[in-house]
Amino acid sequence: MSLLRVTDMTHFFGGLRAVYRYNLTLAPGEIRGLIGPNGAGKTTIFNLITGIHTPSRGTVALEGRNIVGLRPHEIATRGLGRTFQNMLLWRHMTVLEHVRMAHYAQLQYGLFGAFFGSPRRYAEEERVEANSLRLLRIFDVERYARQIVTSLPYGAQRRVEMARAMATRPKVLFLDEPTAGMTPEELTQMIGIIRKIHQEFQVAILLIEHRLKFVMELCQRIQTLVFGEVIAEGTPEEIKNNPEVIEAYLGKEEVA
Amino acid sequence: MRLAALWGWVWRSAAAVPPLGWLIGAFCAAVLELLIGYELAIMLYLPKVPPLFGATLLFQNPLLFPATLLFDLLVYILPVCAVAFGTQRLTDRAAAFLEHRPTWLAALMHLVLMYAILHVWTEASAYRLQVSKLVMIAVMLTLSLNVINGYMGEFSCSHPGFMALGAYAASVFTLVLFTQDRLFGPALLPAALGPFCYPLALFIGGMTAALGALVVAIPSFRTRGDYLAIISLAFMFIVKSAIENIEPVGGPRGMGGQPNWSTLPVVFTAMALCIWIINNFVRSTLGKALNAVRDNETAADAMTINTRRTKMVAFMFGAFWAGVAGGLYAHEVRHVTPGGFGIQMLAEQLAMVYFGGLNSVVGSVVGAVSISMVSEVLKPLGLYKWLVIPLILILVMIFRPTGLIAFRDFDIKRILAPRKAALKRRE
Repeated sequence: MSLLRVTDMTHFFGGLRAVYRYNLTLAPGEIRGLIGPNGAGKTTIFNLITGIHTPSRGTVALEGRNIVGLRPHEIATRGLGRTFQNMLLWRHMTVLEHVRMAHYAQLQYGLFGAFFGSPRRYAEEERVEANSLRLLRIFDVERYARQIVTSLPYGAQRRVEMARAMATRPKVLFLDEPTAGMTPEELTQMIGIIRKIHQEFQVAILLIEHRLKFVMELCQRIQTLVFGEVIAEGTPEEIKNNPEVIEAYLGKEEVA
Repeated sequence: MRLAALWGWVWRSAAAVPPLGWLIGAFCAAVLELLIGYELAIMLYLPKVPPLFGATLLFQNPLLFPATLLFDLLVYILPVCAVAFGTQRLTDRAAAFLEHRPTWLAALMHLVLMYAILHVWTEASAYRLQVSKLVMIAVMLTLSLNVINGYMGEFSCSHPGFMALGAYAASVFTLVLFTQDRLFGPALLPAALGPFCYPLALFIGGMTAALGALVVAIPSFRTRGDYLAIISLAFMFIVKSAIENIEPVGGPRGMGGQPNWSTLPVVFTAMALCIWIINNFVRSTLGKALNAVRDNETAADAMTINTRRTKMVAFMFGAFWAGVAGGLYAHEVRHVTPGGFGIQMLAEQLAMVYFGGLNSVVGSVVGAVSISMVSEVLKPLGLYKWLVIPLILILVMIFRPTGLIAFRDFDIKRILAPRKAALKRRE
């Protein structure tokens, strides 16, 4: 059974056709790439599936259950974690607080516990803290735990954002350009990290990426998006040699 | 350079005394003032014991100011320091002893001592008593406003409205049930029951305000920033005009004759509860969700945080405490008019929040106390008070944009910890 199935998803922003008849079937444990030139609608697809926008047409099902029309936090609670292209971190919070915060839906105490400091709250907070520190260790940012997130180096901020996403216990993880602005060394490191979370947490990953080397290395299958439509889908080899993809990225060869 | 070293030395030696020591010192000073304050004041050619450390004399009678300084030195500063440093070893041992007992026990002890100080200190004059109560009410208002404006980062201007709702709801409750009133007729219940039902009246006031907060909370799902500020400001005016037009509660003339149930212990308990609960809340992950919503709502949503619920909780929670404070206020001043809950009160409350520090429990207390004090000091200036307070605010915004003490809440365990161990740990 497929974990995430998107069928015929279409979305218009006013008169602009942002996404047209997008289909996706993501099996458990799969790593899938989504590439395409700027403005092709890749991030829009993420936003549509995660509930920030509601698609004009089409269905999205997570583990066989429809998630169209749910609010973003409900979709996230059902097991769809994500990171953002421009890293939406909370600028006044420490690294540890970030990861703790992402346990929100798993908290087993209510407002009463929060107001009066019930024993259950403290037990629960302790559990959350232990789990957060474990995640920080996995992403190798434990040493920054008590620092405000904006004081961290760029690569570390990216890893904090991933740790935060993993704290929501996702079954599917969406990564929106995880290597944007990274040096080649950091890029290699990032490949390692993604492999690691893939193995350790058994999540399916859908990732948007510009750097072909990165996608080719990680993904089993790749979709290419141009002007909101998938023009090619296949293994990295097939995509690399697909003339339409080459045209979309490099332009048509003109015969003089 | 020398000054900085001196300051550092003062600070370090002050930090070496646990809060218990300072509280005992303050208690001794208060008792001392009660015993010899009047005689000493006469000796220093002061007309009476200076009510607020002589600060009010600054503009009333500047010539007396040096004498009040001497009075403060003799009655407060020297005894407090002498007792605090004298008992340092003892109090530190007491703190170490209490560290291994339940935290609530130690906290309760400190609170009782704090109350005792206030009780003795406010014996001196009715003016001092009323100012103390109003300052404590201001602390509650500032803290609850900080939950919305600081922790959640929405610029809400509706706090006087919430306070008015609480004040009127609580007043109606007590006036209908327990007093012979010209608006509501004879009492329904014996007046002796009243003080026992007063917490209920305050609770009802708080809940009314919390319900009113829904009017602001629901638009906040869709809009933020300036627009929400305007909506909340409109809400404040709606409440004011609505009350002005409801004749049964007195219309624009207001509502008077509330029994004087806002006694010092009641107000102190309410404030302590308010600080304790809000401090608890903002330190929990559930409460930190307010910060997440403030810093980035999209990210908060993607990290499973129910943003609508969080906003609603913040608004209703903040409004609840504003309502309780309103109820206390109504039973303290014993005559409320809708005009009183207007833009001027809003300005004062916002000044307290932004002066003290955003996103901060400590800052709220500091802001409320200092702005209230400044306000009392400048009272003789009349309208010109409103030139000075904004000026202070502008200066604070220039030099410390987030307020005096931003981003700090109480870690009760750490505050009450014995100092010796704490100092050793630092080394």
